[in-house]
Amino acid sequence: MKLTIERAALLRSLAHVQSVVERRNTIPILSNVLIEAQDGRLGLTATDMDLTIVEQTDAAVATPGATTAPAHTLYDIIRKLPDGAEVELSTGGDGQLTLRAGRSNFNLATLPREDFPTAGTTDLPHSFELQAREAKHLIDRTRFAISTEETRYYLNGIYLHAAKSGEVPVLRAVATDGHRLARFEMPLPSGAEDMPGVIVPRKTVNELRKLIDEVDGSLTVSLSETRIRFAFGATLLTSKLIDGTFPDYERVIPTGNDKIMEVDCKSFAEAVDRVSTISSEKSRAVKMSVAEGAVTLSATSPENGSAEEDVAINYSGPTIEIGFNSRYLLDIAGQIEGDGAEFAMADASSPTLVRDVTDSSALYVLMPMRV
Amino acid sequence: MTTLCRDCFSLLDEPPADGRCPRCRHRRLVAHPELTALSIAHLDCDAFYASVEKRDDPSLRDKPVIVGGGHRGVVSAACYVARLYGVRSAMPMFKALAACPDAVVIKPNMAKYREAGEEIRRRMRALTPLVEPLSIDEAFLDLTGTEKLHHGAPAVTLARLAAEIERELSLTVSIGLSCNKFLAKIASDLDKPRGFAVIGAAEAKDFLADRPVSLLWGVGKALNASLEREGIRRIRDLWPYEEAELIARHGAMGRRLYRMSRGLDDRRVDPDAPTKSISAETTFDSNLSDPEALLAELWPLCETVARRLRKAGLGGRTVTLKLKTGQFRNITRSRSLSSPTQLADILYREGKALLLAAADGTAFRLIGIGASELGPAAEADQPDLLEPDRARRAQVARAVESVRERLGSEAITRGRGLTRPGPGKAPR
Repeated sequence: MKLTIERAALLRSLAHVQSVVERRNTIPILSNVLIEAQDGRLGLTATDMDLTIVEQTDAAVATPGATTAPAHTLYDIIRKLPDGAEVELSTGGDGQLTLRAGRSNFNLATLPREDFPTAGTTDLPHSFELQAREAKHLIDRTRFAISTEETRYYLNGIYLHAAKSGEVPVLRAVATDGHRLARFEMPLPSGAEDMPGVIVPRKTVNELRKLIDEVDGSLTVSLSETRIRFAFGATLLTSKLIDGTFPDYERVIPTGNDKIMEVDCKSFAEAVDRVSTISSEKSRAVKMSVAEGAVTLSATSPENGSAEEDVAINYSGPTIEIGFNSRYLLDIAGQIEGDGAEFAMADASSPTLVRDVTDSSALYVLMPMRV
Repeated sequence: MTTLCRDCFSLLDEPPADGRCPRCRHRRLVAHPELTALSIAHLDCDAFYASVEKRDDPSLRDKPVIVGGGHRGVVSAACYVARLYGVRSAMPMFKALAACPDAVVIKPNMAKYREAGEEIRRRMRALTPLVEPLSIDEAFLDLTGTEKLHHGAPAVTLARLAAEIERELSLTVSIGLSCNKFLAKIASDLDKPRGFAVIGAAEAKDFLADRPVSLLWGVGKALNASLEREGIRRIRDLWPYEEAELIARHGAMGRRLYRMSRGLDDRRVDPDAPTKSISAETTFDSNLSDPEALLAELWPLCETVARRLRKAGLGGRTVTLKLKTGQFRNITRSRSLSSPTQLADILYREGKALLLAAADGTAFRLIGIGASELGPAAEADQPDLLEPDRARRAQVARAVESVRERLGSEAITRGRGLTRPGPGKAPR
């Protein structure tokens, strides 16, 4: 194998794939990136067995071939090369990968291409298009609520499924950790009608979100009951899905909450942030005393003291006191882009519904804390 | 050199030539140039569990007594007679019995020891609010500034305390007196049992010079081995290093190594030192490898930990399972929860998942479960969207606890607790 490629192009591709590679690996080949050169293209593949990213980029291929080399080492080298450098990658008979750029010369240990695990080519019967912008929204609105708890492993991802909102078919993304729940929906793309409900793992969600940050066009999503693939530009991300049943989340979304508070989201979030400075590191509890015209946010901690702040609201129900984890409030407020947030409450111990007043695509459910 | 009589508490300017107190004629004298200037003490009960047993059953007085769990357990405490045979605490019971076949083995009665320990602690707290318990039978005391209050130097107050505990509780203690916690703890070990040892600030460095580095607080097996690779065995071997060098190599521990090797320790005696973890464990009569059998052992431990958490007003965010294999290898596995818990159910659920992953047919001799990353009970077991009964379960657990407090621990129990066959506990 022998090829040359501009440093910037190689760095970009490597950066995309290398973050999949775990820092500590018990299986040596998983520390490596698969390098394939043919037909004027360089293909880079990295995998952790569950998640695989393949990226293609143009390169001047003199001799086609393939090998695998340590991903992080290779990435660090390319990163340190001067801007504008031409990089030459070649393999000789000695089983090493030789990297030349200007006056730099590296020989890297390789492992045979045949040992690199390849995802079996399973059939992905369901396929649809998603605008990158929509995909970013879908992820941003929900991923903060993904659970990290290992026991309820089926909550460690975003539940993606087709549903109906009234009569309108929608694609829904739901995440919850038991303390809050986030639901995002958008018109169902064609091709997704019969898709099974799938749980996309947190790491896949995070990698995908990073990769599509610079993407403007659309993504092709293909999936089966066990696998999902995202294709965009020259990148292909394939992932296993979480094998579990997502709980019936509909029953935890309250429908009859009648104490409706409307608040300016920005000033509310800022006040919550200030008041929570006082709450204990672990619980981050903030109490809301909701009355006509204003909500009083307060926090007390035996070590730190206490804090209180009023925020103007639109509210005409009976006075109620309800406690929340301030971090959860801020996570949700961070996703509300409009000016107004609407809180629909029942009482201090029942789930509260939060929505963006001007955007119905997302809704949030928040479990109150005892305060 | 100031000399204190530990029997009549007289202070002399010089040690008497005949080695006897001129007032009471007893020989238990402590002489030290810094005696009246030192005020940080470590008090350690002598062979505590065994001493409590001997006190309560005088027929045991001259017999070797070992307190420990079952034939397969370990020695929790060995009296000084048993120690003559080479029995030590933490020794596996079968080894202890091989060394001392005539020993009287007594099953631990923790409630009794706790009562005695609290009685001693009450007496310490009567002398200073700055009492930092390390366990049921040892504590640090800071007696700085109590001279006027107790009409005497800390050394005198401590000698009185030791005599009072002996007289009124029939238990003996050993006292270490120094200028900081690190040295006080070392001192209490020097003159055991019924001891009173002093390490002064001036002699600290010389005293430490030839002792092994493992004596330093925080130097465990791993650090000891890594220091040994660098050729550091004795404490004096640390002296040539600059503080910055040690910090660069060992992080925060480097600073401690630098300072402690010179006898310096600026940790305060902290009466509110927070509990870091709460756990319970049990050693089996015969090794177990069957997951079902292990789970049956796990449940009562979860109940114990949950009860201790409730009693301490704490909830734990991390659950740790401990297993010891038949070859005495320790295995620990832990998991973090999204919110802290004090429920036996939740501890069991996490412990079970960890156990099923670890139970690969290996024979285990011990199982334990613990909760750490502790926080106030008020924050524990917050309502969960997906488990609406979680808050209710917490209420049930508290109700069960109050029934047990009034009627005894067997009065009410979970169905799960009945699956373990035990004396008089047939599965129903």
